[in-house]
Amino acid sequence: MGNINKNSRRKFIEKGLKLGLVTAVSGFGISKIVSKTIAKTSIPPSNKIELMTTDGTLIQVDSSEVVEMNHSKKLDDYNVREGMPDRKFVMVIDLAKCKNALKCQKACNKHHYITGDHAWLKVYKMQEDVDTAPYWMPTTCMHCDHPACVTVCPVDATFKRRDGLVLIDNERCIGCRFCMAACPYSTRVFNWSEPNQGEISMLMEMEHQTHNTAEFAGLPSVKGTVDKCDFCPHAIKQNELPHCVTACPNGVFYFGDKYEDTVTNGSESLRLSKLLKDKDGYRLMESLGTKPSVYYLPPVDRLVDFEEGLEHYTDFRSVDKPE
Amino acid sequence: MIMKYSDKLIKDLAPQKFGKLGVIWTWTLIVISVIGIIAYIDQVIKGQVVTNMNDYALWGIYISNFVFFVATSFVGSVTVAVLRLTNNSWRTPIVRIAEIISVAAIIMAGITIMIDMGRPDRLLSLFIHGRMQSPIIWDVIIIPTYIIISLLLLYFPLLPDLAILKKHFKEKQPTLSKWYGKLSLNWTGSAAQKRIQLKSIHVLIILIIPAGFILQTIDAWLFSTLFRVGWDSTNMGAYFISGASVAGVGALVAVIYVIRKAYKLENYITDFHFDKLGKFLVLTCLIYLYFNINEYLIPEFTSKKEEITHINVLVSGEYAPLFWFVIIGGLMIPIIVLLFKKGRKPLPMFLMGVLVVVGSWWKRYLIVTPTLLHPFLPIQGVPESWHHYFPSLHEWLITSATLAMCLLIITILIRYLPIIPIQKTADEQEILDNNKNTIS
Repeated sequence: MGNINKNSRRKFIEKGLKLGLVTAVSGFGISKIVSKTIAKTSIPPSNKIELMTTDGTLIQVDSSEVVEMNHSKKLDDYNVREGMPDRKFVMVIDLAKCKNALKCQKACNKHHYITGDHAWLKVYKMQEDVDTAPYWMPTTCMHCDHPACVTVCPVDATFKRRDGLVLIDNERCIGCRFCMAACPYSTRVFNWSEPNQGEISMLMEMEHQTHNTAEFAGLPSVKGTVDKCDFCPHAIKQNELPHCVTACPNGVFYFGDKYEDTVTNGSESLRLSKLLKDKDGYRLMESLGTKPSVYYLPPVDRLVDFEEGLEHYTDFRSVDKPE
Repeated sequence: MIMKYSDKLIKDLAPQKFGKLGVIWTWTLIVISVIGIIAYIDQVIKGQVVTNMNDYALWGIYISNFVFFVATSFVGSVTVAVLRLTNNSWRTPIVRIAEIISVAAIIMAGITIMIDMGRPDRLLSLFIHGRMQSPIIWDVIIIPTYIIISLLLLYFPLLPDLAILKKHFKEKQPTLSKWYGKLSLNWTGSAAQKRIQLKSIHVLIILIIPAGFILQTIDAWLFSTLFRVGWDSTNMGAYFISGASVAGVGALVAVIYVIRKAYKLENYITDFHFDKLGKFLVLTCLIYLYFNINEYLIPEFTSKKEEITHINVLVSGEYAPLFWFVIIGGLMIPIIVLLFKKGRKPLPMFLMGVLVVVGSWWKRYLIVTPTLLHPFLPIQGVPESWHHYFPSLHEWLITSATLAMCLLIITILIRYLPIIPIQKTADEQEILDNNKNTIS
């Protein structure tokens, strides 16, 4: 009696161990096996299949005991505050190509319904020194890996996601503007009055119930809260490029994933590391330690004439107002 | 003999009804406050578009005014606590006024910072979602703490006086007497009560010094934790503490002069006290001058490009008139005048006190505004008006209202509290009289 008990207990432990090993198998492997088992449903039950555990040992389990694990995150249920798993979005801006066509800014203003006086995306007329050549420098939010704005936010309204995006929860923002003071890139804008986004914002609210669905993080704008470039999570989710990237006629903007080491401007895809190395890529105000996700390629071997851009340059306007 | 003497003392020091001038003064403050409240309601409805702040000058006089209030509230720590711990007995007639100013200023600081919020309706978020890494949360913690310590430090020493006033007003104003009685917590003056009271005050005195230092330092860190040129300075904490001493003692001098005149307290607050306070003020001014030299001269010496741009705007650019007014008017002139014995007479002291306070207010404006108008990237693609900042009518009305409310709190407290500690004065006079007796 005692022996049987002992045996069955041992069996139970063994079985449990095996099961435990099985569950420890990575999600990727599991999904493959599941498809395998489904394909082999005609094979009589009590059929054993072989599995490899994470430490490399082969084990046999009854195929009927194999179930799909639930830990593989699907894109659909991703949390707006956490972002997409295993992604790290970056941008590369090639200053050699920019001639201040401002199509990026127009597209950005349009798709984000910007109604204030300060565009999220700006193209600066830059000149480092009197004896260096002037150039055009588009700036977006740098989506820093050490974001000064996130550090100082008292209520966690602006947050850093694991996919690299820095976004704003404008349902929580108290409007203290500390983040604006903290940002060395002056990228943040404030809704000083009720943003006049009209029907668009109503439409957005109806379509998306809450403001903070992944696609429309921070949209529509809310009076008394801070806004900024969001790297277009609504486009990323559809596997599309941010609006500034697609709108640029000169291929200035490259967008991509640092983990995949690839960036694209829509017409050409490049290795990020190679591109940065070959063209001496740099980041703005690197010395501040903010670790931006936006890289710049210096304006050398220019493909465009600086002068051409002057015709679009306006000192005091970055958002076109409806007449 | 002593009995009769203390009767006169109580009569002199008990709160009195305001005269015509006092009533006009109070109503003026109320009217300014109400106008400000109306302007604020308008701001809440329309948004902060009614201010002249913009995405570059993202903070304006609401913040500099807040910093001024915080600085002024330091007077409680610096005079009451420090003078008490150092056994400077000349403090007796001025400590209560200092505590009243301290309480009024720190309460208004708490209110002023809310005026700057874009979403005051989400105030509770600070408690629900607060994160310790943000300097604003440090402020949210220290300001209420300082308010409580300051209130208690005003209240505990009042207990014996409230008991005296209860008796004093028993026949003349029974309702008032009843209130004093309730507030005096059945003070009888027994040895046990005195022991507890002394012990409590001592604890508060020890507490308010670090609390005051923390408060001023956090205020400085609101700026120095950011990258901006002009704020990114390791000097800031000490700079703010010394600046706060100047603002606080300056305000104290000015208020004492007015109260002395209005309540005819020349026998209690004498030239001797002004002389001592003058020396105190000049000391704080000299320390502040030292930190100013650190703050402006060293960056000038190393001449980093951004620093030089910033300092030139102050020294010779757009803000030069204001900058030199603050340095010369708010610091140099008071130092020179107060170094002379004649400069420490009541009237010149009053003028210097006012000058120091006005200078201190504008000093905060100079700390906040010019830095914001010189960001790292150039200001481009925004309306021309965004290159500058000067407060709008709304901002002036609201800010004036906060200043008026601060004075109103001081006025109301002065109306109902004995501004010079009665019991303590009586005790001290007795000691003096006894000494005289023994000497003669």
